[in-house]
Amino acid sequence: MSGYPPEMQESIRSVEATRARRVGETFPAMSMEQREKILSGFHPDYREETFHAVRVGVSKGQRMPVELARVVEARPHVGADFDLSAPVAETDVLVIGGGGGGASAALLAQESGARVILVTKLRFGDANTVMAQGGIQAADRPEDSPSIHYLDVIGGGHFTNVPDLVEALVTDAPCVIKWLEDLGMMFDKEPDGTMMEEHGGGTSRKRMHSARDYSGAEIMRTLRDEVRNREEHIAVVEFSPAVELVLDDQGRIAGAVVVNLETGVYGYIKAKAVVLATGGGGRLHYQDFPTTNHYGATADGVVLAYRVGAPLGYLESMQYHPTGAAFPEQILGLLVTEKVRGLGAQPVNKRGEQFVYPLEPRDVEAAALIRECSERGNGVVTLTGQPGVWLDSPMIDMIHGPGTIQRALPAMVRQFARFDIDIAQEPILVYPTLHYQNGGVRLKADASTDIPGLFIAGEVSGGVHGHNRLMGNSLLEITVFGRRAGRTAAHYAGQVMLAAPNLAHVAAWNREMEAAGIDTDVISPILLPDYVHRE
Amino acid sequence: MATETRVADNKMIPIYIMGKQYLVPPALTIMKAMEYAGYKLIRGVGCRGGFCGACGTAYRIQGDPKLYFGLACQTVVQPGMYLAQLPFFPARRETYDISQLEPTATTLFSLYPEVLRCLGCGACTKACPQEIDVRDYMAAAMRGDLAKLADTSFDCIMCGLCAARCPAEEAQYNIAILARRLYGRYLAPRSEHLERRLEEIETGKFTVDLEELKGLGEEELKVRYKARDIEPK
Ligand SMILES: Cc1cc2nc3c(=O)[nH]c(=O)nc-3n(C[C@H](O)[C@H](O)[C@H](O)COP(=O)(O)OP(=O)(O)OC[C@H]3O[C@@H](n4cnc5c(N)ncnc54)[C@H](O)[C@@H]3O)c2cc1C
Ligand code: SF4
Ligand code: SF4
Ligand code: FES
Repeated sequence: MSGYPPEMQESIRSVEATRARRVGETFPAMSMEQREKILSGFHPDYREETFHAVRVGVSKGQRMPVELARVVEARPHVGADFDLSAPVAETDVLVIGGGGGGASAALLAQESGARVILVTKLRFGDANTVMAQGGIQAADRPEDSPSIHYLDVIGGGHFTNVPDLVEALVTDAPCVIKWLEDLGMMFDKEPDGTMMEEHGGGTSRKRMHSARDYSGAEIMRTLRDEVRNREEHIAVVEFSPAVELVLDDQGRIAGAVVVNLETGVYGYIKAKAVVLATGGGGRLHYQDFPTTNHYGATADGVVLAYRVGAPLGYLESMQYHPTGAAFPEQILGLLVTEKVRGLGAQPVNKRGEQFVYPLEPRDVEAAALIRECSERGNGVVTLTGQPGVWLDSPMIDMIHGPGTIQRALPAMVRQFARFDIDIAQEPILVYPTLHYQNGGVRLKADASTDIPGLFIAGEVSGGVHGHNRLMGNSLLEITVFGRRAGRTAAHYAGQVMLAAPNLAHVAAWNREMEAAGIDTDVISPILLPDYVHRE
Repeated sequence: MATETRVADNKMIPIYIMGKQYLVPPALTIMKAMEYAGYKLIRGVGCRGGFCGACGTAYRIQGDPKLYFGLACQTVVQPGMYLAQLPFFPARRETYDISQLEPTATTLFSLYPEVLRCLGCGACTKACPQEIDVRDYMAAAMRGDLAKLADTSFDCIMCGLCAARCPAEEAQYNIAILARRLYGRYLAPRSEHLERRLEEIETGKFTVDLEELKGLGEEELKVRYKARDIEPK
C-alpha cells in the first residue's frame, strides 16, 4: 500500500515514466549570472517586504525577518522593579542553553576553576545539536590544512565572515576532534584508525567527520554525559529558560532572571559571567516556512543580548535547506539530508522533468525549487495545500545497485516507512525548509562581546559564517567557541568584583520603545512557539 | 501557527489522552494531536524529529490486547488510542571519571553490577522505538563485550522506554553510553593523521599562512577561492 493519495500517485507515474532516461542525463549547472538572477527573484532573503529594519537598540537599522523583529521589538517579561535582592542561586559562570555550545562551555569553565550553573529551556540536550546528522568539519588529513579550510569557509560565507573568527574556527578544529574523541565520542573510522571523511557542500577537501547518521546526537550525548559526571561543580537546571540578563551598576553582566516553565515562578541567578548559547530561531517560521529546528528554537539569545546592548549582525540572511519533507504533513519541514542528492537522486517537477542541477549551493537550489512551484506552477500540491517537487530517490538504487538506499540512508528509510512510503520505490516530496540562523550576536575570537561578562557560543552568534554557513561548520563552531567561551568566562569571573545588580536597562529599553512609537503586546523571549489549536 | 497543524479534512477520530476523550483529525502525529486537543506542550517534547527521546509514549488501542510504545513525534494517531506520555523515567546513573577508567568488563560490572541481573526477557526490545535489539546489547554487556555493546546500541536516543519496562530494573541506556565512551576513548583505533596535525598546529606550522589570508582583501580572496583545486569525490 502506498502512503501517497491517488492524486499524487498520478504525478508519480510521470516521474517513473522519465526515470530511465534521466539516469543518464543531468540538468546543467547555472552560471554565476543565472545564480544571481534566481536568488534575487526567488530566495526568501530577497523578499524585501518580509524584512524589517529594527528601530531600537545599538544595532538600529539592522535588517531582519519581520517575525524576528517582532520578538526583538517587544516587551521584557520583568519590569525594572523586579526584586533582585534574594537570588535563588549564585555562581561564577552561568551558562544559558543546554545544547552542544552550552555543554562545551560548561565543561571548560569548570575545568578552568569556575563554579557553573547551566540553565536550559527544556531537557538538557533538547536542542538543534542532537538533530544534526551529516557531520563536523576539521582539516586533519595531510592533503588538507587549516588554511584551505579557511578559504572554503570564507568563500562559502560570500567573503563577509570576520577573519579572526574563521581563524579560530579552523585552527581549533583538529583539537576539538581530539577532545571529543578523548571524551569517548565514536567517530567513523577505517580499521587502521584513519578518519572516514567526506565532502560537504562547498568544501574543497574531504573533511566531514561523522558518527553514522547520528553525528550531532553522538556529540550531544557524550558532552551531556560528561557534564553529568561533574555534577558536584556543574549544576544543571532544566525547564528554566532565561528571560532577561542582569547588569551591575557598572554595566557588567551580573546574571540572569530565569522562569520555571512548570510553575511560572521567576527567579534571579546571580553570576559573575554569562555564556549565552541558546541556538537558533527556526520556530519563528520566517515567511511561514516550516523548519528543521527543535521546539525551543525561538531566537531567545538574540533578544536577551540585544536588550543589554550587545550588537547584532548578519541577521538579514537565513539558511533555507532546499529539501525539507513536504509530505506527509506529519513530518513537514523535517530534513531530507543532502546525501540523497549526493547519491544521485534528482529533483523533478510534477511532470517528471528536471529543472535544476541537483547540487547547486543550498541557497540557489532552494530558490530553484521555489520558482518551480510558484512562478512556473510545476509543483505538486498536497491535500493540505503544501507545494513541493519530487526528489527521485529510487534513482539511487538504479545507479548504485539494489539495497544502496537501505544501507546508506537507514534513518531516512525508517522515517518514511512509518507513513507507508518506501523511498526505494517511490520519490519523496520536498520543499525548502528553514534551517539555520547564519547571524546573531557579534563576538570576538575569545567569545567575548562588547558587554563585559557576556560571552557567546554557537548558532546564537553572528560573524563566524558570514552570510552563509557550510554544512559541518556549525557542529564545529559550537565546540570551538563553546570551549573558548567557557575558558574566557571562567578567567573573567575569577577577576571581577560585582557591584549592585539592577535592571535599569529594562526601563531604558521600555523608554526607547515608547520614544520610537512601538506599541506591542508581544512579550519576549517567547520561549516556545504557539501550536495550540483554537476553534 | 498554521505551519504545524494544517488539517486535510474534518473526519475526526476519538483518542484518549490519559483517559480523557478528544476528537482529532486522523492524520496527525500523537504530538500534533495533543496540540490540536489544546495542550501547550512543555514536557514530552523536544526535537520533534525523532532524535532527542523526549516524547516516549505508551499506548493501547481499543479492542487490541497489546501494549505499544512509540515516539509521540513520529507516531500517527489511530481511532481509540489510549495514550500516556512518559517524558521522564527515573534510572540509575553512575558518575565516573572517564580518564581514570579501564576499558574492561570489570569496569562495567563494578559501576553497574545490576547488568548481571538481566533476565533476557526481551521486554526492552519490544519497547524500543529505535528498533534496537536492547536484550541483545544487554547480553553483550553481560559477556563484557564492550565493542559489541557500543556498536549495537549506537542508535539509542536515551528515551528511557526500555528501562520503564525492565523487570530487572536495569538502566540499559546508561550502561550503553558508558560502553560507547570507553570504546571511543580507549578501544577504537587511534588516528595518526590527527595526532600529526595537532603537532603541526602546536609548532605553528600554519600561523604564517593564516595571518596572510586574514590580511587579504576581498578581491584577492576571491581569486584564491576560485583557484582552489577540488579533491575528487
Ligand atoms: C536537522 C538539523 C541538521 C543539522 N545538521 C548539521 C550537520 O550535519 N552539521 C553541522 O555542522 N550542523 C548541522 N546543523 C546545525 C547544528 O546542529 C546547530 O547549528 C548547532 O548544533 C547549534 O548548537 P547550539 O549549541 O548553538 O544550539 P542548540 O543545540 O540548539 O542548543 C541551544 C539550547 O539552548 C536552549 N535555549 C534556548 N533558549 C533558551 C533560553 N531562553 N534559556 C535557556 N535555554 C535556552 C535550547 O532549548 C537548547 O537546549 C543541523 C541542524 C539541524 C536542525
Ligand atoms: S527488559 Fe531488562 S531483564 Fe528483560 S531483557 Fe531487557 S534488560 Fe534484560
Ligand atoms: S535503547 Fe532504550 S533508551 Fe535507547 S532508544 Fe531504545 S528504548 Fe530508548
Ligand atoms: S520530540 Fe524528540 S524524539 Fe520526539
